[in-house]
Amino acid sequence: MSEATTPFLELAGITKKFGNFTAVSDINLSIREGELFTVVGPSGSGKTTMIRLLVGMDQPTSGEMRLKGQVLNGVPANKRPTCMVFQSLALFPHKSVGENIEFAMKIAGVDPVRRRRRVEELLAQLRLPPDCYDKGVHQCSGGERQRIALARALAFDPEILFFDEPLSALDFRLRKALEKELKDIHRETGKTFVYITHSLEEAMVMSDRIGIMRNGRIVQVGTPHEIYNEPVNEFVAKFMGEVNSLEVEAVGENLVRSKAYGDTYRVGKIPAGFTAGFLIIRPEVMKIGKAAASMPNRVQGVVFNDYALGSRIQYQVHSATNSDHWLVERLQDEAYEGELGDTVEIGWRPEDSIVLSE
Amino acid sequence: MLDWLRQPGVIAALPAAALLFIGFAGPLLMVLGYSFMPEKTFTLKQLPTIENYISVVTDSYYISFAWSVFLAGLTVLLLFPICYPIAYGMAKLFGKWANLITALVAVPLLISENIRLFGWVLVLLKNGIFDGALQGLAGVSAAGLLYSVPAIVLGLVYVYLPFMLFPLVIGISMVPDAVKEAAADLGANRWQVFREVELPLAMPGILIGCILTFVLVLGSLAESKILGGQAIVMIADDIESAFTFAQNWPKGSVLSVLLIVLSGLIVFTLFRRIDLDQVIGRR
Repeated sequence: MSEATTPFLELAGITKKFGNFTAVSDINLSIREGELFTVVGPSGSGKTTMIRLLVGMDQPTSGEMRLKGQVLNGVPANKRPTCMVFQSLALFPHKSVGENIEFAMKIAGVDPVRRRRRVEELLAQLRLPPDCYDKGVHQCSGGERQRIALARALAFDPEILFFDEPLSALDFRLRKALEKELKDIHRETGKTFVYITHSLEEAMVMSDRIGIMRNGRIVQVGTPHEIYNEPVNEFVAKFMGEVNSLEVEAVGENLVRSKAYGDTYRVGKIPAGFTAGFLIIRPEVMKIGKAAASMPNRVQGVVFNDYALGSRIQYQVHSATNSDHWLVERLQDEAYEGELGDTVEIGWRPEDSIVLSE
Repeated sequence: MLDWLRQPGVIAALPAAALLFIGFAGPLLMVLGYSFMPEKTFTLKQLPTIENYISVVTDSYYISFAWSVFLAGLTVLLLFPICYPIAYGMAKLFGKWANLITALVAVPLLISENIRLFGWVLVLLKNGIFDGALQGLAGVSAAGLLYSVPAIVLGLVYVYLPFMLFPLVIGISMVPDAVKEAAADLGANRWQVFREVELPLAMPGILIGCILTFVLVLGSLAESKILGGQAIVMIADDIESAFTFAQNWPKGSVLSVLLIVLSGLIVFTLFRRIDLDQVIGRR
């Protein structure tokens, strides 16, 4: 939430190689104090390697990391003022909940009375029952264990708190609840959080800014709004969810043509220097049936199937004349009124589509 | 009323239970019985007496007990620091080479312990391999090595190394890397990570290795006889002589009972601290 622009954590040309394999390649990134920054990427994109470099469990092959201007390279994990919540949580199974949380303070030599008081504060802050101090971690539920791991990291009072997909093993409802809780805790503590996940949806919910990673590189950094509305390439656009994506070439002012089918579409704007690339139309901007009649871009097709997505319904429309496979999503209360197998018109406004060079 | 007898588990366990009773519990009960018989009798039909138990003290058998306990403790104390780094490497560092080391440690177990100990006799003997080589190369003699307590300790450490090593490997493998990394991330240095996380989490393996080694040395006699000569007498040696050479079954039984009680006390005290399910990996 902080609008501060002072460089807090800076990465300059960070590269990590394992033998011939480059896991992380030339990362340049600046993370602001107090923000919740999320690194998103598919598995194998190098995000786990990157967080291990940030925490100090691995050292980069080249490049420099600075925290508040001080170089972090070569500083081992136990000497860094940062802390991580592990994917496996990595709670100490032989210690009680209280002993887990106060571990960092015990190592730092804080006296037992103050330790106890701080643990009780954290238990209250994270809505953990006060009597769980003496419980074993095995006796706690999945959601409680998440909170214990977070409390243990907060007790360290780190400059930056890293998260390595800690919610990925939880069921959907608990994950949704904890995503919001984490965002609340971020606001309450005012600390800098750096979160790693493979789920852009999760990142959208929580983040101030998002960095998208692919093949060891950061391909785009921006606010959730920017990532959603102005993706830099087809990969980022598709990463958010299902999209209609056509390979197109420019054929005139604000006009593109499908390479495979030859059908042409009007678009809002074409990026400078664009000759060929992708036309992206998100399913939720598509209209179907009567609503499509007034749209500048229209396609005729047959309603092949519908899928209930909860708040929305998705239609798959097959076209014989144009690019053949279209997805349309409508809210429940503006659902398509016809039957499956009917021929319909679908359409969208030029300014709701995105043209990308790569 | 006897419904529990009809359960499949009970029925399936019956043959093994019968065999254990005839072959294991029965003889033990007989040994217990003989320990209360008068000296040099070969029947259980005499009037019970505790004179054998008294003779353990009056005939100085407690010295043999003391040597056995001392050597068992010393062997454990020596083996633990020797085996821990090797076990750590095998569990965490060596990768596929760990299998080679496992084989190298395990293969000698295929050869009889006595034969391996006689191999050490050839090494330690006056003018033997070690002494001879020293004389030839450096002109110094190390003739008095064999038939001494240090020679026995060498033999014990050598013979029982695998029994400490392999439980330690299992124990150290049970410590997740992420938990150690988490401790380091929270500010703990290497020693603190070892003391606060690795040692307690590897404790089941450590205790099993120590108990196994201790109990095995407690009941050993080949090392003290072959490498120690007449230097000392261990308790298992006394038991063997009582049953064979001296033909005094009640005396042998008394010493056996005391040895079993001693081992049992140690094993049960320490095993209460271990969660065996966790070691086997069921949890």
